[in-house]
Amino acid sequence: MTSATATRQAPSRLGRKTTSGLVTLFTWFVVFVFFFPVAWMVFTSFKTEGAAATFPPQFVTDLSLDRYRDILGRGMGPYLINSTIASVGSTLIVMLLAIPAAYGLSVRPITRWSDMLFFFISTRFMPVAASIIPVYIVLQKAGLLDNINALAFLYVGINLPIAIWMMRSFFAEIPREVVEAAQIDGAGYFRELVRVSLPMVSPGAAAAALITFIFAWNEYFLANLLTSTLARTTPPFLGSVVDGRGQFLAALCAASTLAVLPVVLAGWVAQKRLVRGLAMGAIK
Amino acid sequence: MAQTTAVDPAADADDTPPPSSSPRQALKANSASARERKFGRKLLLPAFVVSVIITQVPFLVTIYYSFQDWNLQRPNDRAFAGFDNYVTVFTGGSFIPAMIATIIIVGGSVLLSLVLGLGLATLLDRKFVGQAFARTLLITPFLVMPAAAALIWKWTMLDANVGMVNWALGLLNIPAVAWNTDFPLVTIIAVLTWQYTPFMMLILLAGLQSQSGEILEAASVDGAGGWRIFTAMTLPHLRQYLILATVLGTIMMIQVFDPVAIMTRGTGGTKTLSYLLYERAFVGLEVGEAAAYGVVTVILTIIVATLALRSVFKFLTEEGSRS
Repeated sequence: MTSATATRQAPSRLGRKTTSGLVTLFTWFVVFVFFFPVAWMVFTSFKTEGAAATFPPQFVTDLSLDRYRDILGRGMGPYLINSTIASVGSTLIVMLLAIPAAYGLSVRPITRWSDMLFFFISTRFMPVAASIIPVYIVLQKAGLLDNINALAFLYVGINLPIAIWMMRSFFAEIPREVVEAAQIDGAGYFRELVRVSLPMVSPGAAAAALITFIFAWNEYFLANLLTSTLARTTPPFLGSVVDGRGQFLAALCAASTLAVLPVVLAGWVAQKRLVRGLAMGAIK
Repeated sequence: MAQTTAVDPAADADDTPPPSSSPRQALKANSASARERKFGRKLLLPAFVVSVIITQVPFLVTIYYSFQDWNLQRPNDRAFAGFDNYVTVFTGGSFIPAMIATIIIVGGSVLLSLVLGLGLATLLDRKFVGQAFARTLLITPFLVMPAAAALIWKWTMLDANVGMVNWALGLLNIPAVAWNTDFPLVTIIAVLTWQYTPFMMLILLAGLQSQSGEILEAASVDGAGGWRIFTAMTLPHLRQYLILATVLGTIMMIQVFDPVAIMTRGTGGTKTLSYLLYERAFVGLEVGEAAAYGVVTVILTIIVATLALRSVFKFLTEEGSRS
């Protein structure tokens, strides 16, 4: 890491270009190492089970989409659908609740706003340990175990705080004058929110929605515990692909590739906004 | 809930209202701002109620359960237990090891991913061929579903027979290692570090890029070497970003459950507090005892999180509301 700073600052010399090239080469090597497990997963998903289980590993072998056909044939589809319902549904509700709350917190700071912020942020960090036992027992008594809507509702609780935090930081960036001008023009508070502020924070809202979606899509603990067959989502399903008797590596890789694809693609597209959201608005 | 109100960010609120609001409130008539506050409260209420129902009410019930002698196998055999469950927690011999496991796993993973993240951020903070593409590839581990990451690492990377880690070691003539059976703790830390390094890198990269290039150039002209610039200027500049990355990383990892449940099932010193609670409640069906673990875990988390959050709270709110 020193050399990286050094090359940028070094006075021009003959060796400078070579050093810079070496640092670039080293950087790409590190990138390759970090990305390798993902690349290997995708590569293995195209192999036959036999080829996936050979050692030393085969780098040249017959590739096909057969494992994807197998895994979908073994009924992965419904799990993906359940994941979609839980994540999209909870994301929509989270945004419906978070946008007004964040607006209330930022554009029109209520008294003790900082208290309120602290409350919301701390609920995000409350361990699931705090609530899981009563939640399980209540759902069991109400016959709501293995119910995808119940799972989605719990995801709302998990993701609401982080969405409020992100949205608050986006609302806070709207210049006061814009809001005041709208009010002088006679717009009510509500109309001002919908007509003026909301359009200005829509890129931020998209980022908040994306992060909410990612957390819900990837959630394992609650999904594993509270669903069994009907409402099972993708993360707990993946473990069931592991087969104690037969070969399963290629099938596992195919299932995992399908499972991570939506979030990885969305994350790649929106990476700039993602950073800011994940740092909860602390970083521009 | 206790952790939200016991502390006094309210004091901050009175001293330093958000910059955007102070001049305005001074100018506006009282009635208008009162109406505005009422509107603000109305907007907040739904989110507040939902948060309380999903997170706070169940915790109160957990506290109640923790004083009950209640096993789900004998659902009708329920009685008030006093502090018995807490005595079991602290004398049962599982609590201290679980706390140590949590500290080692979270502490180790946070530290490693922070150091690697700093290294990667430094490498990426220069112009080179395919910089944007490299960054895109590097953030991928953080986006991968934790359950998939745990399975892929366990079966294709760390497996004793067909794992790629052993294959790479073999190229260097290092004999194969049975990671999953002999070093379960290492496997968990490896996966967590792999997943969180990109997160640390992104925050630190933002820090590096906010550093003024002119000042660095001036230092270089004055004859400061690369290492000296890094330690004397870059690191101090990064300080708040390092703190932020540490706090957010700790808070996200402290509930670690997925890799433990999927890779080791709590064996080999990997039984974290959250896994212990899961085991007591949903394998042992000891509701009362598990609830007591829950309460203790929450109290510990609150202490850590409150200290940690308070250290960055100012930074979060000030940076966020600066326009």
